[in-house]
Amino acid sequence: MFDWIQHAYLQNAVLAGFFSGALCGIVGVFLVTMQASFLGICIAHAAFAGALFGLFLGFNPMIGAIVFSLAAAAVIGPVADRGSLAPDAAIGILFSVMIGVAFLIMGMMPAGRPEALSLFWGAILTVSRGDIVLLALVLLLVTTLLIVFFRPLQVVVCHRSVAAAAGIPATLYFYGILCATGVSIAVSLPSVGGLLVYSLVINPAAAAYQLTYNFKLLLALAAAFGVISCWVGLSLSYLFDAPAGAAIVLTSAGIFAVACVISPKRRNRSWNAAPAKP
Amino acid sequence: MTTDPVIEMQDVVAAYNGAAALTGVSLCVHAGECVALAGANGAGKTTLLTAVNGFAPLVSGTVRVLGMKPHGRNAVRVRRRVGYVAQTAPLDRRMPITLMESVMTGVYGRLGWRQRPSQDERARVLAMLEELQLSHLSERPLGHLSGGETRRAMIARCLAQQPEIMLLDEPTASLDKTSCAIIMNVMERTHCTAGTTILWVTHDLDALPPGCARLLRMQNGAIVADTGWPPA
Repeated sequence: MFDWIQHAYLQNAVLAGFFSGALCGIVGVFLVTMQASFLGICIAHAAFAGALFGLFLGFNPMIGAIVFSLAAAAVIGPVADRGSLAPDAAIGILFSVMIGVAFLIMGMMPAGRPEALSLFWGAILTVSRGDIVLLALVLLLVTTLLIVFFRPLQVVVCHRSVAAAAGIPATLYFYGILCATGVSIAVSLPSVGGLLVYSLVINPAAAAYQLTYNFKLLLALAAAFGVISCWVGLSLSYLFDAPAGAAIVLTSAGIFAVACVISPKRRNRSWNAAPAKP
Repeated sequence: MTTDPVIEMQDVVAAYNGAAALTGVSLCVHAGECVALAGANGAGKTTLLTAVNGFAPLVSGTVRVLGMKPHGRNAVRVRRRVGYVAQTAPLDRRMPITLMESVMTGVYGRLGWRQRPSQDERARVLAMLEELQLSHLSERPLGHLSGGETRRAMIARCLAQQPEIMLLDEPTASLDKTSCAIIMNVMERTHCTAGTTILWVTHDLDALPPGCARLLRMQNGAIVADTGWPPA
């Protein structure tokens, strides 16, 4: 099954799968814990619209994706906090605007432009060395920030109001999480595509959620599930000549289904009787 | 009391979406006081508490806590020194955080991100959990605790912060006698030995800590009576 890995052009895909899988898995844990999965979908579409905007105007689509996703995060944060409109409604409006902008730009482009379609579906098999280096750098940055700020981040994503009351700058951390999510999704766009990237953000994290209450383990499992989704998806795509992005996302959905079936949380009495540490 | 004022409010007006919750409240609380706040639902008790730690939406008036305005740049600085236990803590059963990790939140807030809690700090928190009869639950997911255990956990988190002022919003409401007694004992010790200033919102004047010597009655967003407690 894994003999394809000897092909030089596929080695880039394996690396891209490793970095984007781990990155999406980690940021996914924050979104799923904050019950803000829809926010990830919105940022993914903003990144997609930004990449198309860059392509349309002739500059690097990655810059457009990062700028748009950060702008979406900057709008979502204050709007979600203001309370005059339900956060999901505000995010829904922004989501519809972003998808409208994306399709408007696609419509204005020459028909069948392959770069636009590859941003839509993802093209992990043709991902460049530059994209891989960028993915690696963002993963390194996100992991470093996670290690340095682990404790306050855990509290902020679990109960932000309590963190704020305890003197933790919760709003700053929240906006930081949104920005990290935006950049992570933007740099993952070339590999998985704008339509599917949010599945790689949500599915591995949701699968990990079925298996543990330990936050560190949750992050590690989500990252591992993200990488496994990419690698197994790539293998299946190679074997069955299927689109790689779709295979990756369906694999991640399969992992989630298995995690649901074997979840110890279904028998949560055992967790309720968790013994105290000596 | 001859100590310095730690909470000063002058003509404070607060409103949610245009509906006034505080209508010109003036108040002075000195260090080491334990003050009870009583009044009907909607009288403004919770808003008054949250005006102290900068969460309430102020329209006009001034608030100074420990010599600082509890808003804007100072909000985090004030909240590190002012503990707050909300009336309800929205808990998701699936939250990936244990009781111990949640209680340590108070320590992280006070220390900031640069410092790690010391072993002494952990030992102090463990002793406090023991006192609140929560130590056997320390590794349990927070969302799996009962209502009374959760309330005690929130108080433990607040105490872990070693605050100079504690804002407690009905900390014993709908708890059984055992849980109430545990909380009372801990709060009495905190007030008497550590000299912590306490603002205690309650509907039940029989359930106030023994050191409580002042009662504020609130009605329609205003303080209508400021008397000693218990009445002579």
